[in-house]
Amino acid sequence: MAQRATRALPATARAADGEVLLAARNLTKSYAGADKQLPVLADIDLEVRAGEIVALLGKSGCGKSTLLRCLAGLIPPTSGTALYRGEPLTGANPGTAMVFQTFALLPWLTVQQNVELGLEARGLPAAERATAAGQAIDLIGLDGFETAYPKELSGGMRQRVGFARALVTEPDVLMMDEPFSALDVLTAENLRGELMELWESGEFPTRAVVIVTHNIEEAVLMADRVVILGARPFGSIRATFDVPLPRPRDRNAPQFGALIDAVYQVMTGREKDTAGHLPGRPATPARRTPANTPLPRAGVDGLSGLAEILIQHDNRRDLADLADELGLEVDDLLPLVDALDLLGLAMVTGNDLALTARGSAFGRADVQRSKQIFATAALEIPLVRLIVTSLQITPARTLRAGFFRDLLAHHYTSEQVTRQLETATDWGRYAELYSYDAGPEEYRLDATAAAPPPAG
Amino acid sequence: MTLSTRPPAVRTSLPARMAGRLTRLTWIDLVVAAAVLVVLYVILRVGAGTAVSFNPARVTRVSTDPADLPYYAARSLLRMFAALALSVAFTLVYAYAAARSRRLERVLIPALDILQSVPVLGFLSVAVTGFIALFPGSSLGPECASVFAIFTSQAWNMTFGFYHSLVTLPRELDELSRSFGFTRWMRFWKVELPSGAIGLVWNGMMSFGGGWFFLVASEAISVSGHRYALPGIGSYAGTAIAEGDLGGVGWAVLTMAVMVVGVNFVFWRPLTAWVEKFKNEQSEATDVQRSLVLDFLRRSHWPHALGRLARPAAEVLGRAARILGTDDRPLSVDPVRRRGGDAVFALVAGGLIGWGLLDLLGYLRDRTGLGVFAEPLLLGLATLARVVVVVAVATAVWVPVGVRIGFSPRLARIAQPLVQVLAGFPANFLFPLATWFFLRTGLSINVGGMMLMALGAQWYILFNTIAGAMAVPADLREAMDDLGVTGRLRWKRLILPGIFPAYVTGGITASGGAWNASIVSEIVTFGGTTLTATGLGAYVAHATERGDYPHLIAGVAVMSLYVVGLNRLLWRPLYRLAETRYAL
Ligand SMILES: Nc1ncnc2c1ncn2[C@@H]1O[C@H](COP(=O)(O)OP(=O)(O)O)[C@@H](O)[C@H]1O
Ligand SMILES: [Mg+2]
Repeated sequence: MAQRATRALPATARAADGEVLLAARNLTKSYAGADKQLPVLADIDLEVRAGEIVALLGKSGCGKSTLLRCLAGLIPPTSGTALYRGEPLTGANPGTAMVFQTFALLPWLTVQQNVELGLEARGLPAAERATAAGQAIDLIGLDGFETAYPKELSGGMRQRVGFARALVTEPDVLMMDEPFSALDVLTAENLRGELMELWESGEFPTRAVVIVTHNIEEAVLMADRVVILGARPFGSIRATFDVPLPRPRDRNAPQFGALIDAVYQVMTGREKDTAGHLPGRPATPARRTPANTPLPRAGVDGLSGLAEILIQHDNRRDLADLADELGLEVDDLLPLVDALDLLGLAMVTGNDLALTARGSAFGRADVQRSKQIFATAALEIPLVRLIVTSLQITPARTLRAGFFRDLLAHHYTSEQVTRQLETATDWGRYAELYSYDAGPEEYRLDATAAAPPPAG
Repeated sequence: MTLSTRPPAVRTSLPARMAGRLTRLTWIDLVVAAAVLVVLYVILRVGAGTAVSFNPARVTRVSTDPADLPYYAARSLLRMFAALALSVAFTLVYAYAAARSRRLERVLIPALDILQSVPVLGFLSVAVTGFIALFPGSSLGPECASVFAIFTSQAWNMTFGFYHSLVTLPRELDELSRSFGFTRWMRFWKVELPSGAIGLVWNGMMSFGGGWFFLVASEAISVSGHRYALPGIGSYAGTAIAEGDLGGVGWAVLTMAVMVVGVNFVFWRPLTAWVEKFKNEQSEATDVQRSLVLDFLRRSHWPHALGRLARPAAEVLGRAARILGTDDRPLSVDPVRRRGGDAVFALVAGGLIGWGLLDLLGYLRDRTGLGVFAEPLLLGLATLARVVVVVAVATAVWVPVGVRIGFSPRLARIAQPLVQVLAGFPANFLFPLATWFFLRTGLSINVGGMMLMALGAQWYILFNTIAGAMAVPADLREAMDDLGVTGRLRWKRLILPGIFPAYVTGGITASGGAWNASIVSEIVTFGGTTLTATGLGAYVAHATERGDYPHLIAGVAVMSLYVVGLNRLLWRPLYRLAETRYAL
């Protein structure tokens, strides 16, 4: 710890110091599928240097948390290495401390005791612990709450405890996994602002920060570097943006808006456009199969709701404005946008989301008619189609869910399989293509189900 | 260790603020101190009696003078708490080992599953013989056997519960512990034990309630023609029964009731209220357990004072325990070495088990031939039929009553603690009265035995049905009222599905309890007359009394087989159905 006592550097000096603290080299992480390992992260090369804040940005499920945990030494990479100061990790990273989305406070300990945990783990005597924890509590604005229990605190105060607990150990790198996403908008804004002030003031007791977020604005507000992870066919770095803007950052500054737009483009652009750049993938998108066309987590209600809203805006609307109008983050809309696009009901062009002719019809029709339109669209989705065709060639017209689970297990981890089937069940049921009985876990062909058009 | 360049703010430290409040001793503190002294004194006085030397060959005399009852009750209580302490220690060690070691887990957890199904009472005689050999000429032998019997009735349940909480530790707490480099010691005391504390206490309370039954059964027992009796409430009642002294039995029943209620009031109630602080929920609960005793203790200054004394001790311990290492696992394990280790472990474990099994079969073949299993298998059918009838009748009677109670908050408030006490009250205590009744009316023990089994088992069904009915959301019931769903349809659509998960839990416990009870209820005695029913329970009880180990082993093994079979074929599938389909 002695080597860190001299380290309360002013911001400028910190920026100059560029030591590589964390690194990922060729890092791949796979989880077991049915017959082989399925990658959720592939070929990640990343460096985190002293003095910078790095944001890992991506849609939900693209592997951000997995990458963060690999760097923190909490889970082993399948191949490649995670390094701390040039040394490959063999266990929990001694130079990082985590801040959790769910706070992860111990409810049976007071604020003070929670903050002291990391010091206690290092075997510091009680008196020293109390002093250091007291300072961290001051720093993070928790004075007066020392003897409170977490359940007496508001969400914002709880996450402050999470920050104090991590900062008091003076880690080289502060690791944050969506630290603000369990808080309401105002609280998150406030806490984020205070944290950035602290970072700028030079009193921040860590040398670098890695923050995982699915919120584009948050990433651009906070980070010196935004690393965008893409999800298909597995998490890999899609683009990296440097953010040279001075802090505190002005949301209304033109450069800020331009950056946000640029990041939006990468985030919302269909990944098949970039598929050609991925190693081992054909340059032109292959025929769509359940393996290369995962279903986003989007419910039918959300889809038709979004279509109806677009109709009110003459079938086309800027995504950011749309999110604003709904009081949502753009990121929350993305699964719906992806689903509309996949179903051929809408398209993303530039920053706009525009309904197709079919989408417009879908949004305007009454329930029965819109179900028919949806059924036609859903039959073009490989997984839905797979279920329908399989049912049609089965004499009993019923199939256990396990059959499809086994099929999908070749390409998805069990967690992902469950999600894929959940969405396919929801869509197919609404389209009245098939029904699903959760008791025996059986799909059954609906008597009225339309025959799918021949495969194309 | 400097965190910031800013000078530390002036702040009153926590201990300094506390000290101001600590200077004033109140009458509450005096009462608490006196109570602690009295309890210590009683434990010492009562405990001194446990190591008295005695001659096992002589029949120990237990008086039936009601004046001796308080002392006997205290001795019994001491046994119960000794067994509880042992169970907790066992739970922590066994569950931790199973949760921490992938290899041990594969042996320990199936073993626990089997142990849970073994009828404890069948092994009492083995335990008594073993412990008497261990402490020859001292009453510590039977004393240990009794504690052991109670322990075996409590430990498995608690261990399973704690193991479950260890392996389902929330992921972020595990990551917290590893990311912050907790020592193993810290992880256990700060994260794992607190996370499992609520389950441990509630399981402990339930198991303790079930333990009374085994206390009563184990205080006076005949093994291989010897009769051992320990001073205690169970043997007091036993003696009174043998002498046909109904007054004595009455006193014993009364004392028992006072004990069950008293322990609940001064021990379990405060403990369950206190343990609420370990609830892993993020908001202040509205419906909290309350305890007068705990409130009283909290108003005294003793908890703070003790806490201040304990903190340095905990500090020193925590420092010493650093040698146990930090909570970290190597990120990569060599798959070859791992598989090699697995193979060696499997070979050793499998070899030991196989060797033991062969030895046992050889022993049985030499003594009696393997045909010894035939009779208990057949008799097991009779006992199985009794168990099924008991559970079915208890269901038919108590489910409607329980639903009625559970749907009425007022009734539930009164009935729930009452039923809890009834479930805790050792039913075998009442067996003599029932036997007297059978003798008077000439009712066959083949039928009466079922009533005896039901005496203890039925409450679990009632208790759980009440809990299940209380958990059915009020708005669901209102919706049904609104839709005019009444009568049979209401039962089919709302009530039965709603209480199903809780009912299954009660059913499992009731059926297990009935099997165990069969050993003492298929063969009963009152004032010199013995009634014996046809069944596996009577078979085991007979073998115990004669010290006939081959038959005893066969009987217990077959009974375990029946219990495991019933669990696997009936209760497990129901349980799974309840969890997936009917969870509210
Ligand atoms: N233990 C696991 N087993 C199988 N699949 C997993 C496991 N953990 C994560 N995944 C999968 O890996 C993908 C990335 O997960 P995660 O890193 O949590 O994403 P993010 O944090 O970006 O939302 C997800 O599709 C998830 O289903
Ligand atoms: Mg995540």
